[in-house]
Amino acid sequence: MNALASRRYHKSAPVILVLLLLGLLTGIGFAASGAPAQASTASADDVAEGQKLFAANCASCHGLDAQGTDGVAPSLVGVGAAAVDFQVGTGRMPMQQSGPQVQEKKPQFNDKQISQLAAFVASLGEGPSVPTAEMVDPALGDPAVGMQIFRTNCAMCHGSIGGGGALTQGKFAPNLWSTSNTHIYEAMLVGPQSMPVFNDANITPENKRNIIAYLDFQQQGSPGGLKLGSIGPVAEGFWGWLVLLGLIIASTVYVGARAS
Amino acid sequence: MSTEEKQHTAAPTHEDGEWVNPGLPPHRPRRADNDPKADKRAERQTAALFGLSIVGTVASLAVYFTLDPTEEIANIRTTNILLGISICFAMLGIGLGAIHWARTLMRDHEMVEERHALRTSDENRAVAVQYLKDGAEDSGLTTSRRTLLKGSLITAVAIAPLAVLVPQIGNMGRNWNVAEFRHTMWKAGTRLARDPDGTPIKAADVTIGSVFHVIPEGLNELEHGKLEEKAKAVVLLIRMDPSQLNVVEGRESWSFDGIVAYSKICTHVGCPVALYEQQTHHLLCPCHQSTFDVANGAKVIFGPAKRPLPQLPIAVDDEGYIIAQSDFLEPVGPSYWDRLKHGSGASSPEPTPTTGEVTS
Repeated sequence: MNALASRRYHKSAPVILVLLLLGLLTGIGFAASGAPAQASTASADDVAEGQKLFAANCASCHGLDAQGTDGVAPSLVGVGAAAVDFQVGTGRMPMQQSGPQVQEKKPQFNDKQISQLAAFVASLGEGPSVPTAEMVDPALGDPAVGMQIFRTNCAMCHGSIGGGGALTQGKFAPNLWSTSNTHIYEAMLVGPQSMPVFNDANITPENKRNIIAYLDFQQQGSPGGLKLGSIGPVAEGFWGWLVLLGLIIASTVYVGARAS
Repeated sequence: MSTEEKQHTAAPTHEDGEWVNPGLPPHRPRRADNDPKADKRAERQTAALFGLSIVGTVASLAVYFTLDPTEEIANIRTTNILLGISICFAMLGIGLGAIHWARTLMRDHEMVEERHALRTSDENRAVAVQYLKDGAEDSGLTTSRRTLLKGSLITAVAIAPLAVLVPQIGNMGRNWNVAEFRHTMWKAGTRLARDPDGTPIKAADVTIGSVFHVIPEGLNELEHGKLEEKAKAVVLLIRMDPSQLNVVEGRESWSFDGIVAYSKICTHVGCPVALYEQQTHHLLCPCHQSTFDVANGAKVIFGPAKRPLPQLPIAVDDEGYIIAQSDFLEPVGPSYWDRLKHGSGASSPEPTPTTGEVTS
């Protein structure tokens, strides 16, 4: 007891205490960063870096102040980090060429740059932020509930199992099988391009996760044979009438022909 | 050989305008007829095709006994594909083998079977007509005899289809009160609720660019006819920037700060119209591509639909929830025979003409 008491006043005690405290804080920091880094840790540096990236890559259309240009590009004030993470993270922005719809392509920036851009745009005005890993974890969602919500709100454009489908005048709803869970969540939040917004009052965060669980469930494959894109009767009719009927006609010709 | 000569030898020739029967092409022996090697080869090929069938059968049994399709969806798929392919070869091998056998090895004699004339001989025709005449004579159909028999037969034949038709037609609707088509569950003060869970929607929840799929509050609690009511009453609730919304003349009070509610039932043949494009404000019907412009009174801008989607007049109650001002003021969905006939218990005001004209 005496020995312990005397050591409390050891001259290196403050140093040890500070080191212990630092270690504890670092541990907490690592534990918390299981979630995407930009969820809460956007620093002033990130915003400044993001502004530079924005000025170099985005400002030609969206304007240096991100207020947008009439008829060219929308204002980005208040769209939030989620919109940037979706648009830049799926390669849709920066836009390659104008057309009926901005196409997905290889992302032009790395994750760090995307989070810096997102931090800059988020600093312009309040908007939806990037969801955490837990919010988009399909293992925590209920695919059966997700199916109900998906059928009511999403299936008319994206197809009953997320295979995608056509809209008007060259636009289309993409298939959702290769889209990351975070991007699916963000798309619901921000409503990119033709897609309407499904805010948290419409589809709760829990139901958004259920939808992700339902879509994840589709990755297990289809119990039938060829899916033919899962886009419905057009592809199936094409297959049946042209390929299968063609085979039947070819075999009747073979049966009726004379052998050499 | 010139093309001209070819035509002369190939086509049936005309001499003095008369068609000359070209006869049968010369008999050409097959390779297997003369060459024992070819004969053996064809035999081996046929046997190989039957062997393919045997392999397919064995493979299908092997798949059935070794693969367990119950674990995962992917297993079901693999099992289905392997079973399908092996059974396909089991059947196809027999068929192809039989055809190959017949084509290459079985007797190759051309046989001629002349067609007879299509027209029956005059004697037979006269006999047939006489039979009919005798029958009519016997039954007295052409005279005034046996009127009771004839009358009862005609009645029996005439009403017999009713035994099939009445249940068929009766089961189509069960309810022939056509006036019900003019009304839905919506009443003044009914809250708009989320499909499928039925929770009411606050105006503040509907942010710009949002789309809510809506059912009337209380629909989920109905004990009877829930699906029938839902099929008529579903609504799409959309908010757009009020500056982009052109309100139809006479409907200024039907929307709330850019929030509009339209029937989700297509006016063409009644599919649910729900493919909403946020930027163009176009609403596309997936069945026949009718396109409605939500920013302009949901007027038809493409496709076979003939009328704008009926609009549901909405307001906001004291607690901030969106409510209906009344039922739809015109029947929802596709046309039917007396769609525009009013009266007969319709308590709602006269429907506004829906010409799709807008004030800009």
